[in-house]
Amino acid sequence: MALLDVKNISIGFPSRHGMFVAVKDVSLSVEPGEILGVVGESGAGKSTIGNAIIALLEPPGEVIKGEVYLNGARIDNLSAEEKRLIRGKKIGMIFQDPQTSLDPLKTIRQQLVETIDLHLRLGRKGSEKRALELLEQVGIPDPVTRMQHYPHQFSGGMRQRVVIALALCGEPELIIADEPTTALDVSVQKQILDLMRKLCVDKNVGMILVTHDMGVIAEVADRVAVMYNSQLMEIGETAQIIGNPQHEYTKSLISAIPRPDKKVRRFPLVTYIEDVVEQKDEFDVSTHWLGQSREFDMKVADDGTILQLEDLGMRFQITNSLFKSKRRYLDAVKDVNFSIKEGETFGIVGESGSGKSTIARMVTGLYTPYKGKVNFLGKEISAISHTPEVLPYRRQMQMVFQDPFSSLNARMRVLDIVAEPILFHKLAESKAEAEHIVMDLLKLVGMSDDAYAKYPHQFSGGQRQRISIARALATRPRFLICDEPTSALDVSVQAQILNLLKDLQEELNLTMMFISHDLPVIRQMCDRVAVMQHGQVLELAETENLFENPQHEYSQHLLSLMPRLDMLQA
Amino acid sequence: MLVFSFLVKRLFQSFLVLLSVAFIAFALFKFVGDPISNMVGQDTTLAEREKLAERLGLNDPFPVQFFNFIKGAAVGDFGLSYRHKVPVSQLIAERAPATLELAIISALLSVFVGIPMGVYTAIRRKGLLSRSFMTVSLVGISLPTFLIGILFIFLFGVILRWLPTFGRGEVVQIGFWTTGLLTWSGIKSLILPSVTLALFQMTLIMRLVRTEMLEVLTTDYIKFARARGLKENAVNFGHALKNTLIPVITIIGLQLGLVMAFAIITETVFQWPGMGMLFIQAIEEVDVPVMAAYLMMISLVFVAINLAVDILYAFVDPRLTIDGGSKHG
Repeated sequence: MALLDVKNISIGFPSRHGMFVAVKDVSLSVEPGEILGVVGESGAGKSTIGNAIIALLEPPGEVIKGEVYLNGARIDNLSAEEKRLIRGKKIGMIFQDPQTSLDPLKTIRQQLVETIDLHLRLGRKGSEKRALELLEQVGIPDPVTRMQHYPHQFSGGMRQRVVIALALCGEPELIIADEPTTALDVSVQKQILDLMRKLCVDKNVGMILVTHDMGVIAEVADRVAVMYNSQLMEIGETAQIIGNPQHEYTKSLISAIPRPDKKVRRFPLVTYIEDVVEQKDEFDVSTHWLGQSREFDMKVADDGTILQLEDLGMRFQITNSLFKSKRRYLDAVKDVNFSIKEGETFGIVGESGSGKSTIARMVTGLYTPYKGKVNFLGKEISAISHTPEVLPYRRQMQMVFQDPFSSLNARMRVLDIVAEPILFHKLAESKAEAEHIVMDLLKLVGMSDDAYAKYPHQFSGGQRQRISIARALATRPRFLICDEPTSALDVSVQAQILNLLKDLQEELNLTMMFISHDLPVIRQMCDRVAVMQHGQVLELAETENLFENPQHEYSQHLLSLMPRLDMLQA
Repeated sequence: MLVFSFLVKRLFQSFLVLLSVAFIAFALFKFVGDPISNMVGQDTTLAEREKLAERLGLNDPFPVQFFNFIKGAAVGDFGLSYRHKVPVSQLIAERAPATLELAIISALLSVFVGIPMGVYTAIRRKGLLSRSFMTVSLVGISLPTFLIGILFIFLFGVILRWLPTFGRGEVVQIGFWTTGLLTWSGIKSLILPSVTLALFQMTLIMRLVRTEMLEVLTTDYIKFARARGLKENAVNFGHALKNTLIPVITIIGLQLGLVMAFAIITETVFQWPGMGMLFIQAIEEVDVPVMAAYLMMISLVFVAINLAVDILYAFVDPRLTIDGGSKHG
């Protein structure tokens, strides 16, 4: 008998416009000790299933059809109080963001003891002993001391371990993990996945692992369920789903994953995705607005260097004090030297806090460097960063940000958003001409004709990122900085955006600085890569050389952590 | 160590605030009316006036006069009231207990009724009682204090004749303190003014607690607490309430100061013999020493409450004490 059996479940959210069905007729089961991966893109309904099983659907959501059985007993029709008794005791849950899933005002001990005593009735002493054992099991060093600490005193990975310990307090038979490693760095992700795998085997616990990341699935899941548009597309053994997908959607999903093992020219076209007007007519730079006046009076140096960083450094003050000796600083970037040649894509890779975004901010003048120089088109722009002299240089350099939701002004129409830089730099004779250019740019990045009159919130994440790219192109730049441009996007949308960037670069001979924590994406996009850690560049190499033959210890370590999709067909 | 340097810094800031208020209070002496003509009769000669000014130090250079004022203020000496011809400190000491009793009772009332009401309306959002609380609170927040006071007098004093509408009733003298809390008539007299004064703060606190609580209830750690099977009461009061109170504490602190300030109006409406009445009279008669003393006292109360709130903050929120809250990333 299966541990969990979900039969033909449908989940709906009643609204004024009728019932919105978030999950349609899904059946799945989990055996003890098994990890079932539930994969899908945002809005596919995968988290909703997990919430329904543990009876924590956000109101007014409700199960409108189907049954849920745990160990053969039906649990979806129990009373609220009976459902509460199952939560934590029979079914545990782990959330995505360890930063927010612990009560900030209570010590780890208080939270553990409260939960253990509730479920196992061990009393204070017994619960504390049990809490220590749990912390040891999830790999928290020195648990006796650490137990006294508050959540903010733990790092992200350690916090997620505490969350797992809390989920284990009632000794549940089933654990639902909703994107448990999405907020973590790749090295920490690996440790957490290993820990979860080990717990499942040791304790014979079944697990539902909800994620959008095929790499995570390949790493730990025994079987996979693929969700798309509220429905279950395909369910089967992990190796079969990844290596030999049957359903059309699964095939296109798999083809959109950036391959870590070899470089492809373009991502194969992803079907089954949101409507995008593909650029059909031939694009000719010599006649297009974007190609005009590209005869810059600022010439690239003879050796082709467009951007050069010399001993660049940035430090932030972390402790303020009246006395100089007591002030503490964090060196976010330390003595960075590299140069980027015209037309190349230069990648910067590293974990969070490695200083990669800080470099981008110094290059664009958002931060003033603590030391060193930024030379752009032969001019030391870091020295003139607050003068009008710098404007013609800034115009040549644009940035695409990570979060498409906060990088567009929600109160401006798309037309005004994209026209703003054109008008600011006086690149158009009249407002009418600027509008004409905007329409053209929107078409270029694959937006439909009526997009200009809408507001950002009317678009999906991928479409918004296209608008951001159109805005960046609006000043006819020759240097584009992309700071994690796709890390907030679904994998199929990511493939589209990366394709778009590649095309634009080819057509406009753009130079790109591409910042990412995602090694497969770097491999697909970049010509050369700098590997960063603690503010320093540890290795700088041709992309293929780095991936095939990493020199620095840390690069080797990072590459070894890259989730492998060995089951992929060649 | 961190807590200590934080405290020193805050004390220093408080001192600066008091000093600037002192400056404004002192400026009153210089610019509002002429103290000499307030003190002497019309037939005093110019020479005598000059002598008096000399004796009172009014001809000293400005910094010296300011320094003397501060020196006096530091020990509570604000000179003689122009009107009552007694030391201002004595006047204030007589009136302070009445105002403090009124303000403290109102503050307690607004906190201990406002917070539970806020929690209740957040947890039972759709309940009938919650909705009526919300409607009544709208009245409390939008009607001015004096109008509510007059309505209360009309209803409970004139029509129903349940409660006295002016004065403190019988008071008992304990040392330097006079209290109305020990006699039945004193307590009855306190009811209307304190409820009037508390109503605005109460509704404000209730609405604030409700909004904060609703926000906290949507956080991940509350969802995670539910997913662990904790009981509703443990979730609501063990986890949600404490997190709700952190931002609320600041506002309550600021509002307690305002209760003292609002007391002026309430005291006038109910003929309450407190400092507010004293202040209003002082304004009418340009009694500058009393005005200056009152100004200094209110600012001292504000500064003290805010300092207390900051210290309390450090106790409630562990993130502030241990690493100064300066975590990056």
